[in-house]
Amino acid sequence: MSVETIHWHTFFFLLMALLACTMAVAVVVTSNIVRMAFYLVVSLGAVAGLFFLAGADFLGAMQLMIYVGGTLVLLAFGVMLTARGPFISMRTGGGQWILAAIIGGSLLAVLLQVAFSVKAWTGRSLAQHPPAIEAAPTAGPIGLALLGVRPDRLDQQNAGLRRGMSGYLLVFEIISVHLVVVLVGAAYLARARKRPGQQRAPAQPSPSRRSPLPVGE
Amino acid sequence: MAEFFSQYLSPPWLAYVLTALIQVTLILAVVLTAAGAFTWAERKVSARMQDRLGPTRVGGRFGWLQALADGIKLVAKEDIIPAGADRLLFRVAPYVSFCASFAVFLALPFSDGWVAQRMDVAVFFILAVAGLEVFGVILAGYSSGSKWSLFGAMREAAQVVSYEIPLALCVVVPVMIAGTMDLVSIGNMQSGWFTNWFVLHDPFTFLTFFVYVTCAIASVNRAPFDLAEAESELVAGFMTEYSGFRWAVFFMAEYGSMVAVSGLAAILFFGGWNGPLPIAHWLGLDHGSLLGGIGNFLGLCNFLLKATMGVLVMMWARWTLPRLRIDQVMTTCLKYCVPLGAAMLLGAMLWTYAFPGGLILSSQTLLFTPACATGLTCAAGSASAIPAPLVAEQQKGR
Amino acid sequence: MELLSIPVGVAHYLVVGAVLFVCGVICMATKRNGLGVLMGIELVLNGANLNFVAFASPMLRAEGGNALGLDGQIIALFVIVLAAAEAAVALAIAMNYYNNFVTIDVDRADELKG
Repeated sequence: MSVETIHWHTFFFLLMALLACTMAVAVVVTSNIVRMAFYLVVSLGAVAGLFFLAGADFLGAMQLMIYVGGTLVLLAFGVMLTARGPFISMRTGGGQWILAAIIGGSLLAVLLQVAFSVKAWTGRSLAQHPPAIEAAPTAGPIGLALLGVRPDRLDQQNAGLRRGMSGYLLVFEIISVHLVVVLVGAAYLARARKRPGQQRAPAQPSPSRRSPLPVGE
Repeated sequence: MAEFFSQYLSPPWLAYVLTALIQVTLILAVVLTAAGAFTWAERKVSARMQDRLGPTRVGGRFGWLQALADGIKLVAKEDIIPAGADRLLFRVAPYVSFCASFAVFLALPFSDGWVAQRMDVAVFFILAVAGLEVFGVILAGYSSGSKWSLFGAMREAAQVVSYEIPLALCVVVPVMIAGTMDLVSIGNMQSGWFTNWFVLHDPFTFLTFFVYVTCAIASVNRAPFDLAEAESELVAGFMTEYSGFRWAVFFMAEYGSMVAVSGLAAILFFGGWNGPLPIAHWLGLDHGSLLGGIGNFLGLCNFLLKATMGVLVMMWARWTLPRLRIDQVMTTCLKYCVPLGAAMLLGAMLWTYAFPGGLILSSQTLLFTPACATGLTCAAGSASAIPAPLVAEQQKGR
Repeated sequence: MELLSIPVGVAHYLVVGAVLFVCGVICMATKRNGLGVLMGIELVLNGANLNFVAFASPMLRAEGGNALGLDGQIIALFVIVLAAAEAAVALAIAMNYYNNFVTIDVDRADELKG
């Protein structure tokens, strides 16, 4: 059966969705911590692609910059600092896997059943499907909403409803303060201090390695 | 282009695939040719600065084909993977870096309307994707299985991630003046005489350009910020175990980033594809499809010229200034570039608020000259901030 | 190949979000490496974000449906920011744990047991 039209939106959605899902499963299955970090990076990059495909371009760029380019770099640093010998690959017992699979599987079944239960969520019908993806600009409206103006609800006539439609200015300020607190807290928690292992006397150079010549190394 | 092909190919989706392949090939051609050309240029520029000649044998008197010869040599080299390396990550790392560097060109316009994907958030997208290059570096450093590579990779990752902040602050200044993050619109706003260029819009943007240059050089790990690849200290940092084609891919990623960052500076500060005089407008080359195409082609030449100048300035800085230590690099970022960037943002904001119609117009040259003089003095002062930590450290060590 | 001509809807995004969420939960439950648990948390948050973005998008809904619009995208934005903050603190805790116990295995953190 030949196909006449391919909806490219669907094609790229399938590509990104498969990438995100397979990489997420790979994160669960693999036991090597460094490879887990790499698969997670690819998975979250595919999620950013999915954001772009849903029309949220500003959010997709935010995901790439902050999540993938910031949080995951932090995680990768943590992985590099702790990836020593026995900690690179740690395996879990079989019993825990079975229990986790049962719980995860049942949760997945419930979520899938819910996802397909609402008629309006299965997408536009083929006749209504627009040939090209029209994407409204989102950077401006998001910026305005963060400053307190809701540009998408300007035409709300009901005065009572309008009063409840403030922007996100308060949340923005709260999150800014929260970030400052987190910055100070993380810097305090991660400060360098004497480790208990370093309280012992410094290691003496073994006499067999000491060279008889007075030449400095 | 897709509609053109769909007239000749029966399933319409094949036309789209072909169009996509052709456009990708075009961008790849630009990036790879630029990388090759700048390899040659680097060797010639460095040679002349060191009072020698550089390549003079391959391909005539000027060694034009030296880059090609280098490429053939690299491809023909033996593929070595160290014994302690993580094989999958070792193979993947150069391509992660290259993909990040290459994806910047998705949103970078080369002329009016000549952009692969015109995005509303183009500037933000470029900053976001350019920050992903650090993953290739981290993976390469870890998977090489040698602690020198790991150290080099950690330092470079810390440096690139730290310099994203002042880079974003500097980039926000022209975005704020333009009112949009769309690079095509930003370029078009600077059409006309060269006094429309954002770098001459107000003294704060003028200074912002110099801070941007510092942060951009640090962000692409070029000297004087190249301690991660320092030949005298870490052999080659995270690239130590890479040879042959994989090293060439890393190299292309680095040069691609340099071109991208220079192109971004050209559009944000220097008018992009607009020349200093509106010659295309005088010759009537901006309406109609054929004449408009010629005008756009001239704009492309303008843009490439400006990007090349940016890359040459980076090469100049590499072979002139001594390398900074990692603590000096972080000091420059956190103590100099971030406060300067923030101060420039504040100043540009106040200037735009106080003089919304602009003050530095072509007719008000009275205010132009002292503003430029002040700007140049401050620029010289801030540009000397680069070796200042070095000098301070040396004096402290005495 | 008719698969490629079905328009994408909210439900398809919810499926991907569900898979990511469940993978994150399993990761949190089974990984012995503390940083593996952190990666599970990131997956969970991204699954939730996908849900928010799917509900926010008007192009994924049938005609006449109400999309969340800006609200969904801003909530997803805040989730991204808060996830970054939480990852920073969690990593500081993990580094402290590694420095004090000389292991990153969370199964060894049993000093309060009994």
